[in-house]
Amino acid sequence: MNKALRSPFNIFASHAILLTYTLIALFPVFVILINSFKTRKAIFREPLSLPNADSFSMIGYQTVMRQGDFFLYFQNSLIVTVSSLFFVLLFGAMAAFALAEYRFKGNALMGLYLALGIMIPIRIGTVAILELMVASGLVNTLWALILVYTAQGLPLAVFILSEFMRQVSDDLKNAGRVDGLSEYTIFFRLVLPLVRPAMATVAVFNMIPIWNDLWFPLILAPAENVKTLTLGSQVFIGQFVTDWNAVLSALSLAILPVMVLYVIFSRQLIRGITSGVVK
Amino acid sequence: MTALSLKNVCKSFGNVEVLKDINLEVDEGEFVVFVGPSGCGKSTLLRVIAGLEDATSGSVEIGNAVVNTTPPAKRGIAMVFQSYALYPHLTVKDNMALALKQQKQSKSEIDQRVEKASKMLSLEDYLERRPAELSGGQRQRVAIGRAIVREPKLFLFDEPLSNLDAALRMNTRIEIAKLHRSLNASMIYVTHDQTEAMTLASKIVVLRDGRIEQVGSPMELYNNPANQFVAGFLGAPSMNFIAASTVGGAADQTVGIRPEHIRVVQDGRLKGDVTHVEKLGGDTNVLVDIPETSGITLRLFGQHDIEVKEQLQLDFDDAQSFLFDADGLRF
Ligand SMILES: Nc1ncnc2c1ncn2[C@@H]1O[C@H](COP(=O)(O)OP(=O)(O)OP(=O)(O)O)[C@@H](O)[C@H]1O
Ligand SMILES: [Mg+2]
Repeated sequence: MNKALRSPFNIFASHAILLTYTLIALFPVFVILINSFKTRKAIFREPLSLPNADSFSMIGYQTVMRQGDFFLYFQNSLIVTVSSLFFVLLFGAMAAFALAEYRFKGNALMGLYLALGIMIPIRIGTVAILELMVASGLVNTLWALILVYTAQGLPLAVFILSEFMRQVSDDLKNAGRVDGLSEYTIFFRLVLPLVRPAMATVAVFNMIPIWNDLWFPLILAPAENVKTLTLGSQVFIGQFVTDWNAVLSALSLAILPVMVLYVIFSRQLIRGITSGVVK
Repeated sequence: MTALSLKNVCKSFGNVEVLKDINLEVDEGEFVVFVGPSGCGKSTLLRVIAGLEDATSGSVEIGNAVVNTTPPAKRGIAMVFQSYALYPHLTVKDNMALALKQQKQSKSEIDQRVEKASKMLSLEDYLERRPAELSGGQRQRVAIGRAIVREPKLFLFDEPLSNLDAALRMNTRIEIAKLHRSLNASMIYVTHDQTEAMTLASKIVVLRDGRIEQVGSPMELYNNPANQFVAGFLGAPSMNFIAASTVGGAADQTVGIRPEHIRVVQDGRLKGDVTHVEKLGGDTNVLVDIPETSGITLRLFGQHDIEVKEQLQLDFDDAQSFLFDADGLRF
């Protein structure tokens, strides 16, 4: 880093801006967290105050634990998110490799067709998807969700990954071919490790929408044993009465796993975002 | 015995013809250098030989077997790339051993070959390091080592030294020449560098626009170029071309004279002002602007006190000059 960027004023200014942004971004999360530990009255009387001896209560968490099978919902969400990410990354990377590496008829057209999915929201096809799932007997299974989310994530994954794979040195792949590596080995052992930052980026971009989705769980898998966390939390939001303690506690709990996944991917993610910037 | 023979090899990318009817024989133990301007198809030809690209037509024979449909790993070749192309996740030792493991060689055989190659290239101290922890020169030596351990019938080098600095380039060049002598293997080497081509080659192949212009030993090409392109391409500084009419020849012909064959005289056929002088210690290069033609370069041995703007009279021996017709062909 050069001297100008290190001057005290610049350091101060950039930290001030970043800290302000962090505060703004974290504030809602903070409010949810503190209120999840308060009694219902305290939530409404002083929503911004910290829980104290008087207002502290675990009633929200207790309700969440008692009502419904919260751990099952949790497990369902985790299975759906992790499996979808796995398939998105696997198939996305494979398609991207084929598009980036091989010359075949219709290569450009195929790339365009796959990229089209970025612009067309998958929810437009909900009715058709539901009919498809009913016909194949997948309604009320986690597979229904995993398949839909995989389809939803693939276009962007292929688009981003193929761009990164074009940058992997041809010489390296050719060296592998001369040394007798199969195309699969070249893909899994040489190319994938080099595009890891891009994979992490794709994973994070896909993870949060899948984890938070309410639409498809509600339509494709509303049964008790396959409910996801987001859908499960809805029981606390009624038309007339909402159990705010429980809603806030459920939300607080729901943040945890995404945060863990994010921490796992974040170092790679930052490299992925900055790799084009800093040579 | 022939190590490689190319018969009527053509290669097109879509509508673009990159290689046009290439015919070439490489004998066992020969060091063949491909030279030519950028984009003339040197790398493409090398990749066709390696099997990384398929020839559109024609046949490629390595060691008297047609290999058009043989995958690269089974052709008995090894290739060294300009960008080193080492496997970033493997140690130096594993980089060298990978191809042998792929061939299912025994462990003792692998160890022995890696040890031999690393001794040859003085890489013993780096065997456990990863490519990222090596300097450019060391990386290139590992890349060469990776080729040696396979004991190929034919080595292919694609501008292996162009990423190295001048001093290192010279050392590695000498190392490659020694390697060629001690392994006695056939090698094909692509380069932009005059000196590399002249010093390493037993045979130079000059390419232009996907065609072979001339094949021959370095001195054959230097002393007896078939056309104006080859004459101008080999030699540094390159050959001077002047219209024959300025020295009393036919109108549409061109005379080519090497810079070292031009003399400063009292009364010569060429006259002009000095525009630039390069004093190299051993040699002096003088650029002279001749009004009737383009500027010419002369190379004088030793040190000379010639100043810019000075007027010089120049002459040359007709026996040492080359005469080209309007199409650039030698008379
Ligand atoms: N995969 C490809 N698709 C289309 N055209 C290509 C492809 N590879 C090479 N070419 C074209 O073939 C021609 C020859 O390329 P090549 O890389 O063989 O040149 P070169 O002689 O090695 O040049 P340099 O000295 O710059 O390395 C170039 O005009 C290039 O644009
Ligand atoms: Mg090239």
